[in-house]
Parts: sequence; structure tokens; C-alpha cells
Amino acid sequence: MDRKKPFAQSTSRAPISQRKQEINKAGKDALGEMVNVIVNDIEVRVPKGTTILEAAKSVNVKIPTLCQHDDLCLAGVCRVCVVEVEEELALQASCSYPISRPITVKTYSPKVRRARHNIIQLLLRNHYGECYSCARNNNCELQSLAKEYGVTSYKFGHIESPKYEKDESSYAVVRDMNKCVLCRRCVRTCIDLQEVGVLEAINRGAKTKIETYLDKPLNDVVCINCGQCINRCPTGALKAKDPAQDVWDAIDNPKKHVIIQTAPSPRAAIGEEFGLPAGTSVTKKLNTALKRVGFDKVFDTNFTADLTVMEEGTELLLRLKKALVDKDKDVKLPQFTSCSPGWVKYIEHFYPDKLDYVSTCKSPQQMFGAVVKTWYAKRNNIEPKDIVSVSLMPCSAKKFECERPEMSDSGFKDVDYALTTREVANMIKECGIDLPNLPDSSFDDPLGIGSGAALIFGTTGGVMEAAIRTAYEIVTGEEVPFKKLRIMPVRGTEGIRTAELPIRKTVKEWQFLEGVTLKVMIGHGTANAKKIMDMLCKGELSDYHFIEIMACPGGCLGGGGQPIPTSPAIREARAKAIYAEDEGLPYRKSHDNPIIKQIYKEFLTDGPCGHLSHKLLHTSYTPRGKWIGKKNK
Amino acid sequence: MEKECATKKIIIRNGKEIFVCDETRSQLLPILQGVQAKKGYISDKDMQKIAGELGIHPVEVYSVITFYSFLTVEKKGKHMIRISNCISGEIAGSEKIVKEFEKVLKIKVGETTKDKKITLEGTSCIGMCDEAPAIMVDDRLIGKVTPKMINKIIKELKCG
Amino acid sequence: MRIERYGPVVFSEIEPYAGLKQALRLGKKGILNTVKESNLRGRGGAGFPTGLKWSFAAETDLERKYVVCNADEGEPGTFKDRVLLTEYTCLVFEGMIIGALAIGAEKGFLYLRGEYRSFLSLFEKELKRMRKDGVLGKNIMGKKGFNFDIDIKLGSGAYVCGEETALIESMEGQRGEPRNRPPFPVNTGYNGWPTIVNNVETFITVVHIIKKGADWFKKIGTKKSAGSKVLSISGDCKKPGVYEVAFGVSIKDILKIAGAANTKAVQVGGASGICVPASEFNRKLAYEDLSTGGSVIVFNEKRKMLDVAENFLKFFGEESCGQCTPCREGIPVLLEGIKLLKKGECTKNYLKDLFSLAETMQLASKCGLGQSSSKALVSIVNNFTKEYTLSKSKRKEKKFDG
Repeated sequence: MDRKKPFAQSTSRAPISQRKQEINKAGKDALGEMVNVIVNDIEVRVPKGTTILEAAKSVNVKIPTLCQHDDLCLAGVCRVCVVEVEEELALQASCSYPISRPITVKTYSPKVRRARHNIIQLLLRNHYGECYSCARNNNCELQSLAKEYGVTSYKFGHIESPKYEKDESSYAVVRDMNKCVLCRRCVRTCIDLQEVGVLEAINRGAKTKIETYLDKPLNDVVCINCGQCINRCPTGALKAKDPAQDVWDAIDNPKKHVIIQTAPSPRAAIGEEFGLPAGTSVTKKLNTALKRVGFDKVFDTNFTADLTVMEEGTELLLRLKKALVDKDKDVKLPQFTSCSPGWVKYIEHFYPDKLDYVSTCKSPQQMFGAVVKTWYAKRNNIEPKDIVSVSLMPCSAKKFECERPEMSDSGFKDVDYALTTREVANMIKECGIDLPNLPDSSFDDPLGIGSGAALIFGTTGGVMEAAIRTAYEIVTGEEVPFKKLRIMPVRGTEGIRTAELPIRKTVKEWQFLEGVTLKVMIGHGTANAKKIMDMLCKGELSDYHFIEIMACPGGCLGGGGQPIPTSPAIREARAKAIYAEDEGLPYRKSHDNPIIKQIYKEFLTDGPCGHLSHKLLHTSYTPRGKWIGKKNK
Repeated sequence: MEKECATKKIIIRNGKEIFVCDETRSQLLPILQGVQAKKGYISDKDMQKIAGELGIHPVEVYSVITFYSFLTVEKKGKHMIRISNCISGEIAGSEKIVKEFEKVLKIKVGETTKDKKITLEGTSCIGMCDEAPAIMVDDRLIGKVTPKMINKIIKELKCG
Repeated sequence: MRIERYGPVVFSEIEPYAGLKQALRLGKKGILNTVKESNLRGRGGAGFPTGLKWSFAAETDLERKYVVCNADEGEPGTFKDRVLLTEYTCLVFEGMIIGALAIGAEKGFLYLRGEYRSFLSLFEKELKRMRKDGVLGKNIMGKKGFNFDIDIKLGSGAYVCGEETALIESMEGQRGEPRNRPPFPVNTGYNGWPTIVNNVETFITVVHIIKKGADWFKKIGTKKSAGSKVLSISGDCKKPGVYEVAFGVSIKDILKIAGAANTKAVQVGGASGICVPASEFNRKLAYEDLSTGGSVIVFNEKRKMLDVAENFLKFFGEESCGQCTPCREGIPVLLEGIKLLKKGECTKNYLKDLFSLAETMQLASKCGLGQSSSKALVSIVNNFTKEYTLSKSKRKEKKFDG
């Protein structure tokens, strides 16, 4: 059995005993040894150190869990997964009991069943809120447990009025602690997995509550809006702020021209909201669905992802020129990507003095907003003030991004509303539209063509690969030397990956890059961003040129707005779908996109990083610092 | 503010396993206890400073402080009077002691006097059950407390 | 004199450092064998065989190990460690040094509860003196390479930190929330290193055992519970204080020693123990019968037992760490249940539900606090049926607000 290490392997907070289950050192030589276990009279042989939960899974015995999560370190706090182990007086939590000797386990003995019933009743007792008015109705782990265990009444009573006020201060994340079951998943996500450190358990005993620093509203602390906590919360205690009603109002208003841009990751995942297995790409059906919902135009964010590649690639080449030709010592290399708003807010808080390293390019979403209310509006004779610009994103931080005061270079709010995959799925369902069985349709012109390089932005390593496909060809005149343009060295799921690309046989204009080995790094999850930034601070990255960082584990496909639940397996499936879709597209490189050529010819006539590009497609950042309470927005 | 930060990170080779042993966090409680003793509470500024020094998040410091009864984020009175609510104390008449303190100080348990000199609190068993009813006055353990002693105790605190 | 009765082991005569000297003669293997032979079990309440614990730690092949003395006595009715620490400070530390020799540790900690902070200077003085005497520091008593020193870490008012993994968490600067076990502290303890955590009394007892031998120790007490127990007796008795008795002594005898009359009930083991009614006063103090960390609280016929149960549950409610569901959520339910019982509004069926919950808490809680929090209530409700009446109403109380 392949025991995959949890993503948050070496973290700052989890006690060492729970980061990885170490078994008796005296049996160190026994590591890797197999041991016989009997689970419900079924015999199975597992390596020592396997937890009872994993051993049971391997023989299709399902044990219910609540606080356990594949991405997170062990907690063993909910006690839902308790099982009876022969010779042990107390029931043991199967998620965190490593097997080191032959044991006999019963997963539903009378004691266990009674215990589970009581525990679920205890969880329900303090859970204020009705399922029918909750965002997680039908997708809630507590609800599922209650159903599985046949709960029909409250054995120990039920709370009749809310204890806490909802925290709706943030643009992205809404906290309702009345629904919290204290599983600590959000704490482990925020502190261990993401190393942002916004949520922790406060007080003790029955007064325990998950809170922010000094109980401040989320908007006042260093939350980066990545929404990873939302994805892992088993109940509706955490959810994204949903502007669907505003979007409906716009759609229903005949005077408004409502356009929606869709990002690649939602397309690879929205099928999960309709019962399709993870990794089923439904791009063309989604277009039909959105048109039927009532959007006037359905555009492809990949178009501006291609634009981002052009702008950011040019920016990188310009920085390289400054460094290698002008020998400018002040040029900031390596250049960091900037399309992940969670990552941007992270560096604004934690490494504000390194903001100059970040590319000044806006994210594809925001470039799109600027282009729509200028170029598109003009070409199609539409008043920008009548355009409502909506986006379908896998991301919760995009909700914060579109509200940033500087994101109005078009003269209007560039992107009016950012919807998540889950929210759009709800809108589609509200119309009775059966997404999986729709006919295909294409994106609308003129902002409806995107390359495969743009598409793979959705996965970690994708931005890097897209940039390299274009930059390499610009510099050498040749395609990247990889079969089917699959730049394998930058692909994968490890937290931090590096790759090297030797540049040989450059064209005349880029001769200064002859012989240079392009060194790149990819990181995903802000815990890895932290490691990379610490390396930068120590001066260990001076020979790197380009670094892609995504705030969310897995990249955008694991974003805070994606369907719940999330797991390494689900993210892997989504990544597969995205890479497959890339290979089926007519244009595989950003610079081949005909609309890209058109926009530079007609509109951004100064070329990438030219004057108009800088005005509309580039941005600035706010050094916020991590001190809570002064100026930290 | 007392600082005893040991910022040593030790990497140990253990067969094939390598794990990092970080001892900076172990300094957290002694530091918090030091600040609490000196200032009577741990302020917002102190919490964030300590977090920065130890390389942890402020919310983690906040979380640790609120876990322990003797650490506070709010400024309490200059002196703490804690009355044990152990069952042996109740048997020996701790309720009378509580009422007498409340009467003399003119506050209820959990409150601080107007002049901010004394905070009155209940606490779990303090290990003085053989001399019940017992109280803690700051760090001192005082056993066999009678209502008559209370006035003297309070007078000493108010003058100190 | 707070020590009311001098006993056969802990308060028996011994010369300073005699135990340590013998330990150095025995060596690591000898110490482990002697402690194992003696059948000594932890004196803090859990009663885990000390020799076994020390052997596990000794076997673990890692460069660093720690010895921790658990002086976080917070169990209601327990004050014996306060007396042992202040009157026999040197013996406690000597026990720790012997432990360090046995497992191969160079650093030890005394985890002292915050409430005993006023004794800090006394302990620091003693440590200074012992360093001067050459029994702490480098090359102890001339044995080259045997280095060991002790630091004192203070608690901050959390009973749950008396649980060994919660104690280690507290030392690491975390919330005092118990860990998953396995792995145990003897394999993965303080900062991941093998750690032995033992009670104050255990360390003192080890010194005596090493000097006087395992056979001497086994002669005292019963077959299954060797040696003696230091008790802290309080409540309705003439002579509350610290007593040392050999295992096997009956409750009846203990009451006589402490000068208790008209006793209705005795709480053995503090709030996490059980309430013994008068009909069972012939039961014996031993691991196989009535086990205790030392707390013995005496109640006379004036006391209302439901009030006692309520006091204990309120205590657990305050001190629960709040990690696991059965303890955090179960204790308020039991507290409500007691209030109903006191008002006479608890139905037979609901009492059954409460008992089922009590069983769940005992089986499914993450640590000893949760597991023993319901024991007192169950034993009181079972043994003192005359002190409450059940409601005959068919309707169950279901409303609950905040």
C-alpha cells in the first residue's frame, strides 16, 4: 500500500508525533515489515505504521470520519471514527492509530455504534442552523453522518438561538461559527497547509471557538482569501460570499449587457457539481448552459491568459536584458508571477519589501475586465457603463481582487462580480438546466479564443509552461524541444519544483541570451511560497529567473471556489483533464492566438509592455505588512 | 519584556529519517509567564512582537494565552485573589469566604475593583484541601481562611 | 505538622544520595531490572508500570532523551505532591537523576503547576545546592560522561496539563491538548524525543527501591500492588493531611486514621475517581480494587451527593481542553442532567440516555480527563438513589439554549 505523505508534511505547528506517525524506534528495522490485521473478521496484511482507517479502506470497510482529511495532518479530535480494538480498554480513533502489532478490530460493535450515535447527537446539539437554508445543504459531512446513523430526534437537546454573530466583513470568506463542529480542519489548513495563520482555537472546554487574532473581523487580519479553509470545512461554517443575486439582477435587467468570462479550472470541475466524476471537462456544455442562463456573451478567460503570457513574458525578457546587457544591478530577478490574488495578498502581507520582484501584470481576470470595458465596448458600440462584467473562477480571492481600488483602469470597475464554480453551478441548477446532457456550443466572439497554453494556467506549473512555450520561441525562433509541447520538468505535484532550460541558437535580437540556462521554479500552496520567499531573503535564488507561485495546493484547480470536497486524488484528476484539453486545442501557444495578434495590431499598438498595455494591463501593489491593527488592508 | 529565545534548529539523522527539531516554540510559555508577571497581562503589541520573534503567527500566541487560566489578554487588577472552588473548600465553607470578599470589595467574582487594584476570581483546586477553605493571593497560597482574615488581606493589598 | 502519618516507603529513612550512589553501582541495566522487579506502578493515578515505561525509553535508539517530573497535581483533593516537593525536594530530584541514568537522558524538567509558583525559589535553591554537591551537572558523582541537569517549567492554570502528553504539549509552548497515543512519549515525547513522565511520588519511591531493593519493596502492600501510597485526605475528617499507607488498607481503616465519623461516602481518586458508599467501606486501596493518585475526600451524612457530583462536573467543564467531542460536548449535557435530577425532572429514560453518554465518554474520549469525567456522576447516581427521585413524566426535556 502506497502511503502518500500528507501535503503538510513538515509544518510549523503540528506536534511531531502527528506530522508523520512514527512507530516504536525499537522496531525501526521493522519499518516496512508487514503485519496481519483482522478488520470485522476480514484478514488483511498491511505494512507496519498503516492506520486502522487505511487498513479498513483497503478491504472496503468504510469507517465514518469527520476531522480527518487527506491533505492535513492528523487530529483525532472528532472521535467519530472510533473503533474497538481487542485488548484496548478504550475505543481508538482509527484515523490516527498506527498499527504496529497484529490486532483485531471491530468497526461497528454495539459499543462503537452507541458511541457514534452519541457523538453525532453531541455534534448536532450545538449546531445552530437549518439545513434547508445552508449553502452546504446536500453536501455537508455532518448532514451525511446524521443520515447514515438514522438521526430522527435530538437526544440531548438542540440549540435554539445563535451563540455567535456571523463574520461577513471579508469580500471572500463568510464565517458562521454557529455551525462549527470544531474539527480544526480550518486551523490545520490555515496554519499548517497554507502557513497564513488566521484561524486558531481560542479558550478551552465548551467555550472553545475557532477565531481570528483578538476576535477581529476577517477583513482586519492577514487572511489572503485563498478559501482553502472553505474547501475543507465539513459544514457550512465557512463559505464564500455569494453575489449571485446581484448577477441575477443584472441578467434580468434588459438595459445591462452582461458578459461572463470563464476560467479553465471551473470547466474541469463544474461537472462534479452535477454528479460527473472528477476530471470530466465540460467546457462546451458549460458555454451552452451559461447562454441559456441568460448571459449576453460567454467569453474565454484564456484569451487574456494568452495576453498575460505576452505581457509577462515580455516583462521577463526586458528584465533579463537589463540584467545581462545593461548590467543593471537593481533589476529584480527572479521575477514572480502575479496571477494568483491569494499569492499577491500573501506577499503584500508577509514580504512587502519584496514586491518589486513580482510581475506588474494583472491576472487574466482583471486584464479581461479592462479589455472588455475598453476595446470590446468600443468595437461593439456598447456603453461601458451598461456592461456588467462577471467572471467564473475557481477562486475565492478573485472576489477580493475585483474590489481592489486600483482595478478600474478602464474608467469603470473592471470586473463587477467574481463567481465561483459552486455559485455558477447553483445558478445553472436554478434554471433547471441539465448540464451533463447539453449540446456543445462555442465561446462568443471576439474574446472567445484561447490557446492550450492559456488553458493550462489552471494547474500548478501551467503558467510557467505557457510562458516558456512563448518565450522560448520568441528568443530562438524554434518550438520548445519537448514532444507535443509537454514541458514535463515543470509538471507534477511536489510543493516546490525546479527546472532548467538551456537557451541555444537564439535569433539576432535576443543574442544576449545565448548560452544562458533559464532557471525556473514552481511552487504551490503558500507554505511553499513561504519557503521560496525565505530562500529569496537569504539570497539563495539569485541565479533563478522566473518563479511561478500559486496560493492554492494544486494550482487554481484546487482553488477556494471549486467544488467541495477536495483531495489529492480529485486535484490530480482535474489536472489530467486540463492537460488533455490543452492537447485537443487548435492553438497551443499564446502567440499563435489570432485574437492576440489582432488586439496588438488594432488596440495595444505599442506592443507588450507598451504605454497602453501598462495603463490597462499592469498594476501596482500595496505593501500591507503582517502587523495586525495598523494599516493592513 | 523578558526574552529567552533560543533560535536553534537542529537537524538529526535517524537512520534514513531526518526530522527537524525546533525549540523556539518551547520558549513561548516562559516568555508569556514573564510578561504576565511584569505587566499583569499580555497586550496586543506584546503578542505580535512575541509572535514575530518566535516565528509563529499572532493568532497562535492568542490561542495559547486564552487556553491557560493564569494568562490574560485583558488587563486585570494589580492583585489577583483566587478562591478555590474545590469540594473540600465547599465543605469547609468557601461560599462564606466568597460572599465576604464580594461584600468587602463591593464586586462580584470575575470582576475588578474600581480602583483597578484587585480582581476577584474563582479557580479550581489549588492543592490546599487540608487547609480549606484556601485562596491564592497573587502567588501566595493562604489556607484556613476565615471571614475575619479577609479584611486584613485586602488592607495589605491596597497598601502595597 | 502536615504529614500526619509516616509510612513504610516514601517517608522511611534514607541517607542523602544513597539511592543515587547505589544506582551508579547498578548501572543502566541494573536500575531497569530493579525497577521492573519491584512491580512499581506510577503513583500519579494512571498506574502504568514504571519499569516498563523506563525500558521502552531506554531501548529507543535516539541521541536525546528527557526526564520529566509531573508536579502538576490538580486533581481535587490532592495536595500530597505539594508536601512531598517542599519537604523532600532533594529526593524528587535524586529520583530524576536515577531515571536519567537509566534511560540515558541529559536534561530533565520539573513541570510545576502555576499555583505552586511561590515554591519556585525553594526548588531553585535546592537545585543550586545539588549542583554544588556534584550530583547535577557534568560528570555526576565522578562518573565520566554522566551529565544531567534539571530546569523548572511552570504551568499556567490548566488541570489537563497533568496528563502526560498534554504536559509535553504545554512544555513545547502549545495549548495543553493531549496527543494521539500511540505513539507514546517514551518514543516520541518532548519535541519528538523519547521522554519519561513520572509523578513526584514515583521518583521518590524509586530512590528507596534502588537503595533498599525490589524484594524489600514487594514485601509491602499486596501481591498485585506493591509498596505504599501517599494519600491526601481531606473533607469531613478531624485530621486532614498527608498519610502514607501500604497498599491493601481498607477505606474503613483510612477513615479511622483520619478521624472521620458518620461518613456517608468517600471519593477515592478525586473528581476522576469513584464515590464509595458506606456499604463498600471494606474495599481496599489497591490498583486491583480502588485505585487513586492519592486523593481521598470524606463526606459525612450532611452532604448532598448530587451537589458533590455537580461540583466535580463543573470542575471538568472548566478544565476540559475542548479538543474532542465526547468530553467537550458531553460534560455540559451531564451537568444539565444533574440539574434535572436535583429538580426531580429527570425521567428514567433520560437517565438511561445520560448513562449511555457516560459510557461513550469513558470509551471514546481522547484522554484520561474525558474518560474519567463521568465516573463520579455514574457512581453517585448508582449508589445514592435515595437522594433523588426520577420524574414520572413521559415527555423528555429537549429544549436547550446556548
